[in-house]
Amino acid sequence: MVALSADRLSVRRAGRVVVDDVSFAAEGGALIGIVGPNGAGKSTLVQALLGLVPATGAILLDGVPLAERSRREIAQTVAYLPQGQSLHWPLSVERLVALGRLPHLAPLSRISQQDRDAIARAMAAADVTTLAARVATEISGGERARVLLARALAVEAPALIVDEPLASLDPAHQITVMEILRAEAARDVLVIAVLHDLGLAARYCDRILVLDAGRLVADGAPSAVLTPARLRETYGVRAWFGSIEGVPVVVPLTRDSAQGD
Amino acid sequence: MERVTRARLVGGLALLAVLAGAASVAVGSAAIPLAHVVRALSGQGDPIERAILFELRLPRAILGLAVGAMLGLSGAALQGFLRNPLAEPSVLGASNGASLGAVIALYFGLAELHPAMLPIVAIAGAFAALGLLFVLAAGSQSALSLILAGIAVGTLAVAGVSLALNLSPNPFAAMEIMTWLLGSLEDRSFSHVALALPCIALGMVLVGWDGHALDALTLGEDGARALGIDLRRTRMRMLVGVAIGVGGAVAVSGAIGFIGLIVPHLVRPMTDRSPSAILLPSALGGAALLTFADVLVRVIPTSNELKLGVVTAFLGVPVFLVHLMRERRLW
Repeated sequence: MVALSADRLSVRRAGRVVVDDVSFAAEGGALIGIVGPNGAGKSTLVQALLGLVPATGAILLDGVPLAERSRREIAQTVAYLPQGQSLHWPLSVERLVALGRLPHLAPLSRISQQDRDAIARAMAAADVTTLAARVATEISGGERARVLLARALAVEAPALIVDEPLASLDPAHQITVMEILRAEAARDVLVIAVLHDLGLAARYCDRILVLDAGRLVADGAPSAVLTPARLRETYGVRAWFGSIEGVPVVVPLTRDSAQGD
Repeated sequence: MERVTRARLVGGLALLAVLAGAASVAVGSAAIPLAHVVRALSGQGDPIERAILFELRLPRAILGLAVGAMLGLSGAALQGFLRNPLAEPSVLGASNGASLGAVIALYFGLAELHPAMLPIVAIAGAFAALGLLFVLAAGSQSALSLILAGIAVGTLAVAGVSLALNLSPNPFAAMEIMTWLLGSLEDRSFSHVALALPCIALGMVLVGWDGHALDALTLGEDGARALGIDLRRTRMRMLVGVAIGVGGAVAVSGAIGFIGLIVPHLVRPMTDRSPSAILLPSALGGAALLTFADVLVRVIPTSNELKLGVVTAFLGVPVFLVHLMRERRLW
């Protein structure tokens, strides 16, 4: 099983500390949610975990410092779905999903039957098989989000980092995506998801990291982390907590006036 | 729009390039019957005809194919690398730098010292442009800063060319520079081939190496890096390859525009549109197009022989516009 850990990880951007002294360790077989207000440094944190932005502190991937691994090794181990991914060429959906096999291809080589199988599995998992021949720039935003998720799944890496995978998805597909992420975790994949929907995070995640102004302010099981006090302090909101049919529900109600800003 | 299978596309374009090469050997101002051509190629026949074929037409055909292939390939690779459908070899300033080098060689009379002098100074010009580009765009990974730096370098080189024209001592010197700038493959010999071919071959290998990286860049820079692409190496290969290959090509042919811009757009609809899929077809298509244009130059009866760069522009623009109209919905 894959192991990923950060020790005293900090990232500065343009002189500002965006991620501040974050430490945590994670292993495969878990779905970990990263939540926090806009600008809390969630995306930057996951980019640092992938070695995409310069950071101080230590990141270990399977016990080896990230800096000692090649980009290709990292890409084979950790699949990444960035936030708001743009597409520069009007590729077909199938060709786009096939990009996920690039970390496994030698220079100048073509995709093999094994790669084709992985592509088919990823498209089936993300429910986009019927879109295979469509042009990826001409499908709806929700369809595209699922296609891009399929692209990340096609890597079939032991770890998967997804940054806001639920943006522009309808409720049914939000649930589909969370179930896909759960299924990946059940296959011993380490799934780290940046999420905004606290209810879905509470329902599906094994563990939640709360980021506030770059600092890791809470880390634990959803029920331990998502508390009225935590939401007031971090988001400045009052929320209703409950449970329907055994499913935890978190509904933000009002901005907490005592907090002010 | 029907997609053509890759084997058919590559095969068809290769055949086209071979036909263009054959036409380039067979057609010229001296009418040599086809039977004589065949006989000369097998080592017999009239010595004058053999001299025309081997020392005039064959190098011209080889250069046409090689220069066209380099321009087409680098256009396709740069459009993928910079994620910009308007990219072509001149956006990085390499071809303008090579032009400036050639103009310097003409202006200071270096070109008269030795036939190889002009190409050598032109290649040096391409490298100078590349060096300046690195200084300007150093530390930035983004495609946009590279394009802006390339435009700055290219504009500076064009300004240098204009300065040479401005200061040229007499109308004949200015005319010589202008004539060279229009682009031509006239009167090229095997010494030009020997100089350009290694540069072009090396350039094509470097530029054509990174097909996977270009595909990954469809997802942007972070997306590509997360797919295991080392963008610094890709960029190094791309820039050095363009400087060497396009520098070598421009050095022997002069500035020939549009091939690098148009050919990738012509072949793209026949592929799956991924950047790697258009590399080889663009090289073959560029070779065929430039060589056919060079045949056309010899066939069209005009008082002055038409310059190749002029013909490629007139051929290319209408075809290009028609394609853009058809393709518009995809941009």
